[in-house]
Amino acid sequence: MLHEIVISGFGGQGALFAGQLLAYGALEEGWHVTWIPSYGPEMRGGTANCTVIISDEEIGSPLTRHPTAAIVMNLPSYERFEPLIAPGGVLVVNASLIAQKSQRADIRIIYAPANDIAAELGAAQMANVVLVGAMLAATGALQFETLDQVLDKHISARHRDKLELNKRALRRGGALAV
Amino acid sequence: MLNEHMQTVFDYPDALTPGVTHYCPGCTHGIIHRLIAETIDELGIREKTIGVAPVGCSVFIYNYLDTDFAEAAHGRAPAMATGIKRTLPDRIVFTYQGDGDLAAIGTAEIIHAAARGENLTVIFANNAIYGMTGGQMAPTTLPGMRTTSSPSGRDVEVQGWPLKMSELLAQMPGASYIARRSVHDPGNINKTKKAIKTAFQVQLHQAGFAMVEVLSSCPTNWNVSPKDALTFIKEQMLPYYPLGDYKIGDAIKTLV
Amino acid sequence: MTKELWKGNEALAEAALRAGLEAYFGYPITPQTELLEYLAKKMLATGRAFVQAESEVAAINMVYGAASTGARVMSSSSSPGMSLMQEGLSYIAGSQVPVVLVDIMRGGPGLGNIAPSQSDYFQLTKGGGHGDYRPIVLAPASVQEAADLMYGAFDLADKYRYIVIIAADGNIGQMMEPIEMPPQRRLEKKDRGWELTGAAGRPHRLISSIYLQSEALHQFNMHLQAKHRQIEQNEVRYEEYLLDDAEYAVVAFGSAARAAHSAVRWARAKNIRAGLFRPISLYPFPHAQLTALAQRVRALLVVEMNTGQMLEDVRLAVAERVPIQFYGVTGGLVPFADDVLPEIEKLTRLDNGAS
Repeated sequence: MLHEIVISGFGGQGALFAGQLLAYGALEEGWHVTWIPSYGPEMRGGTANCTVIISDEEIGSPLTRHPTAAIVMNLPSYERFEPLIAPGGVLVVNASLIAQKSQRADIRIIYAPANDIAAELGAAQMANVVLVGAMLAATGALQFETLDQVLDKHISARHRDKLELNKRALRRGGALAV
Repeated sequence: MLNEHMQTVFDYPDALTPGVTHYCPGCTHGIIHRLIAETIDELGIREKTIGVAPVGCSVFIYNYLDTDFAEAAHGRAPAMATGIKRTLPDRIVFTYQGDGDLAAIGTAEIIHAAARGENLTVIFANNAIYGMTGGQMAPTTLPGMRTTSSPSGRDVEVQGWPLKMSELLAQMPGASYIARRSVHDPGNINKTKKAIKTAFQVQLHQAGFAMVEVLSSCPTNWNVSPKDALTFIKEQMLPYYPLGDYKIGDAIKTLV
Repeated sequence: MTKELWKGNEALAEAALRAGLEAYFGYPITPQTELLEYLAKKMLATGRAFVQAESEVAAINMVYGAASTGARVMSSSSSPGMSLMQEGLSYIAGSQVPVVLVDIMRGGPGLGNIAPSQSDYFQLTKGGGHGDYRPIVLAPASVQEAADLMYGAFDLADKYRYIVIIAADGNIGQMMEPIEMPPQRRLEKKDRGWELTGAAGRPHRLISSIYLQSEALHQFNMHLQAKHRQIEQNEVRYEEYLLDDAEYAVVAFGSAARAAHSAVRWARAKNIRAGLFRPISLYPFPHAQLTALAQRVRALLVVEMNTGQMLEDVRLAVAERVPIQFYGVTGGLVPFADDVLPEIEKLTRLDNGAS
């Protein structure tokens, strides 16, 4: 079992936090996991991204050139990572902000209008959680229940009132990939 | 043996180790060392004092004062003293520095120690020349003064102006006591002693940074006799480096 | 013990606190600043000595002062700041006070950039400042290892009255991994006979690196050399991965070793008998172990994030026994497993061509 996941977007879209949710979830399920933010050579194109590797064996490189899954939250991220996804991989596109359609037939692509769904739920900043839900449903990398526990533990006091909304956002995203 | 009508008015300080210093004849480092030793005795702090020695002629001060000592890199004594004082705040930590050490290579360290208001006592011997390396121009060499690296005399247009460290450091809010004294005659030696004692008392009261700049002689590198060296301090150095108290912080007004 | 997710820089800082850190002096520089910030918060709140110095020059001399009192003291920096600290490190080595440093390496020379690098290898392992001294240099490849090495670094520094440097890079510093954070140590203060505390009821002490007489300085240098031999005897650390039956070995440390680890696994999947030799102590370098390894493999590949600094030590150890190839990236580029695998494959062709 090996998931090499990239999450990328503008700073402020919550790409790094979404990655940390996955890392905490992997820890919760007892997998080997690494989380590494865009840093140095990765800091290009005005995007912030992170790489999360989840594996059933010891993890070598915390970085990957060809992710098995990517969540792209803005156009620069789409343009950068769409060609890099490993064949058989998953690309989750934030269709609220990205109009492009991928021509690749060797990967699974989910177009998730994440900002719209989040706004509809009443918290626009939860778009990242919607996208995580879609990715998890498509890859089966982690259980939704695990992410619920992670949210219970790690959501900040300031956003505590949005805990249940976050869990709903996760599943709304998941429904897109069923 | 003293009888009951006699009292000791002058003695060898406990904090001064017995023996002969390596200083040249007529050098006033020995006088300043003694004043520090007397102060340490009078304040009863020998067993809790840690000195930080400089690089320069006074590098071996640790041989002459009977306290714990650390030998710093050139100019870094205030930083090293900061490290000691911050880990042992109840000890008395002082640096002894020359003009090259304090006013050239270690300018950043002394300014920032003062700016932080470190509870340190700094004794700054200013003799306007590099002694140990053989008489080169110092940051405090007087305008027109001949040295081996300003052979025609310091030309301020070319070699810049001497630094007035007491005036400079007195601007720091963290500096509690800044004074300039001289040791060219007995009266001034007594005044220097009093200032050095005050500078240690400031630290005992945890009142911040204290420095005494002491105008000092270097007959060897000034190429004059010991007696003429003292005259040089009086006639040449005092006009450029006026004696006085440059900073007496509110917290220590009662000490002075 | 349960595992927690920790970021490398913060794990280093927390492990230092748990090892009994009493004083920290540093200067902000990317990419180690989180370490300084973490300690600022924790140490100022608990009344421990913390000073943000005016420069790395001042910081290392504050460290020198605090170490002279026998305190558990450290600083952290990144490559350009480490360059500034070399003066102080030379004095510290010459005075034999225990000091721990962290270098989160970035790309050079000069201002270079803030991206991860391993190009401080020469400076760290060969001495760096003037004089014949060599700090103990430990290179973690994971957050767990960073915390563990940090936790033990103070004891190591105390044992030899010497400098211990944890050499990591921005990737280790920024990465989060699940780790077991070691427990808080309670240290008993006892006089070790050299520290400056004020000469109460004992002769005064001196911490100094000056030996004016040539013979005395020579004797001191011989003492340092004896210490080096002891360190080389006792403190070599390394990890072997899939080397038992390996025909080809990759040699890499720190972040580069992570990529090599993946590449070796991929090579195995392609039926190439590859393994990884990972030096953890860069000084003392696992010289004898590499010499032995060179007797049993057909070729070596050295992978570094520099232009071949550790490579020189590998060559010294291996001599001409087997071919050594090198793959290096600089400038903040990080080797990916995809880059290392073809280099391993080249080793096999090299070998076929030779036979």
